Amino acid sequence: MSGIADVRVAGQEIRLEHVSKSYGTGLAADDVNLIVPAGSFTVLLGPSGCGKSTTLRMIAGLEETTDGRILIGDRDVTRVGVAQRNLSMVFQSYALFPHLSVAENITFGLKVRKVSRAERQRRLQTVASVLGLEALLERKPGQLSGGQQQRVALGRAIIAEKPVCLMDEPLSNLDAKLRHEMRVEIRALQQQLGFTMVYVTHDQVEAITMADQVVLLNGGRIEQVADPRTLYARPATMFAARFIGTPPMNLIPASALPVEALPRGTRSDDMIGVRPEALILDASGPVRGVVRSVEYLGSDTLVDLDVDGALVQARLPGQDMPAPGTLLAFGHGPDDLHVFDPATGRRREGGVVETGLPRQSN
Amino acid sequence: MRAWKLKRDWVTGWLLLLPAMVFLFAFTHIPAVNSLINSFYSTPRGKRAAKFIGLDNYERMIGDPVFWKVLGNNLWFAMGTIPASVGLALVMALWVNGRLPGRGFARMAFFTPTVLPLIAVANIWLFFYTPGFGLFDQLFGGLFGWSSTNWLGSPDTALNAVIVVTIWKEAGFFMIFYLAALQAMPVSLVEAARVEGANGWTIFWRITFPLLMPTTLFVSINAVINSFRLVDHIFILTDGGPDNASAVLLFYIYEIAFKFWETGYAATLTVALLVLLCLLAIGQFFLFDRKVHYK
Repeated sequence: MSGIADVRVAGQEIRLEHVSKSYGTGLAADDVNLIVPAGSFTVLLGPSGCGKSTTLRMIAGLEETTDGRILIGDRDVTRVGVAQRNLSMVFQSYALFPHLSVAENITFGLKVRKVSRAERQRRLQTVASVLGLEALLERKPGQLSGGQQQRVALGRAIIAEKPVCLMDEPLSNLDAKLRHEMRVEIRALQQQLGFTMVYVTHDQVEAITMADQVVLLNGGRIEQVADPRTLYARPATMFAARFIGTPPMNLIPASALPVEALPRGTRSDDMIGVRPEALILDASGPVRGVVRSVEYLGSDTLVDLDVDGALVQARLPGQDMPAPGTLLAFGHGPDDLHVFDPATGRRREGGVVETGLPRQSN
Repeated sequence: MRAWKLKRDWVTGWLLLLPAMVFLFAFTHIPAVNSLINSFYSTPRGKRAAKFIGLDNYERMIGDPVFWKVLGNNLWFAMGTIPASVGLALVMALWVNGRLPGRGFARMAFFTPTVLPLIAVANIWLFFYTPGFGLFDQLFGGLFGWSSTNWLGSPDTALNAVIVVTIWKEAGFFMIFYLAALQAMPVSLVEAARVEGANGWTIFWRITFPLLMPTTLFVSINAVINSFRLVDHIFILTDGGPDNASAVLLFYIYEIAFKFWETGYAATLTVALLVLLCLLAIGQFFLFDRKVHYK
């Protein structure tokens, strides 16, 4: 019986040292330093044009680096060709060969590397059973649904048992339901097979749900490298604070809040970050604002507040629907305030202590 | 009411088709059918009207050594021009599709022969082929010390010289189709193949070339038709000579019809040409059909 165990591989560490990429005048990647641990699932996350795809393509060898070094498993591959980097890749468009059958698509790389026919068949059977493609092997890609094409692309990536697998927004062409299924499946596959995964997406949900490590990029620079929990709980920059979370974290000038509510050491020109879901209705709380508008979301309600001129969003549980114009007061947990230096955009440490009001326990 | 409206739609439709149909019938279908009819009649001369002679013209054709000579020439001409011009077109397209300094200039240079009238092309090449001081004699004489050759005047080389001109003229035109097809091909396919470890040669034979098959089919059918259709340059270069060495079927039809005014026999030859072209085109579809992948 063939199964997952037959295709397990040892992942390799990927290291980027001072990697830069310039196109004419613009920088697509600016001094990127990154360690992708062996066997980890690392997501490159960021808005369009942040350099995440370029970074992935430099790891793949499809783009040349302008500066810096790339190491895969301690081997310097900066000037090594794509074929010699010993990795596999799944493209956003899947890049299936339209004139070849599913079986031929999956075994294309093995055939190129002159793996024997018997071995190709054996591995094909294993991969097809892992991905549930047995019935589709003779079809052409044009006869498959988007989800099936995605599986074929995955099959082509895993059959070679490469230590590193790169994926460039592989789920962006699927509908929401299928995307959820494939998310779970890709994550499970990676954990079972053990290869190192570098996964590019602009979707924070994909990043948060799948990643061991998220690399948040903006304008070609790394904003933060952290596991999903840390990224959410302790954003390192204002950009990270706004990018992660739906709706995004509120950033309020410190001057808009009462001084006693601020963490110790906060300067008056600092920005205070607080997540909408961290704000709890509390008549004696320090964050006071007038309701501007209310958005009913079903499971909860989103309120836009005017807090001393600053727009603040709060998420109210249940079916509370405060009327616009109402004055509301909010408290928050002790670790829920984040202090950012607006000049650098970076998080200021050592501020958030017991100044926040204790969480209401009712 | 409804039926009346339907009828009016029908009339409007045919009225819209009418102008194009008039021209199509007047210049294509009626002459074609007329040729077929004329091929069974004798050539009218003076007061003597054409009379039905059955298959006499066809018997004459089968017994005509010049017909077999020009048919053989035409097949040789087709075999010489089609693979070479299509192959050259593909190579040029691959070359100017890549990153290359002066790419726009190269594309323009390759396409220029297509823009030029075939008569002008033939005049240019007439100078190249001129014995003694033409480009080729100067080149080969200077490089290898060959003696002067009458490329167009000798029965051994005349047809081949015409073939070379045709390839030069046609390759740039076919290149445009290949170039368009190459540019429509997603880059990620080639990238995926590279990631899978394929080298340039493998990528070409396993990915690029199979995906270009629809273009190859289109281009080769055009090339076949052109190989029976392009005769303008023969008038300038060799006038079919020497001793019909460079005459092809259409050239012979022209001579029979408009030099010797044997329109009945010319009609017969025309029918033979049409049948031949139809067979070739159908044959190509069947031959290629399995190998062509349409998206």
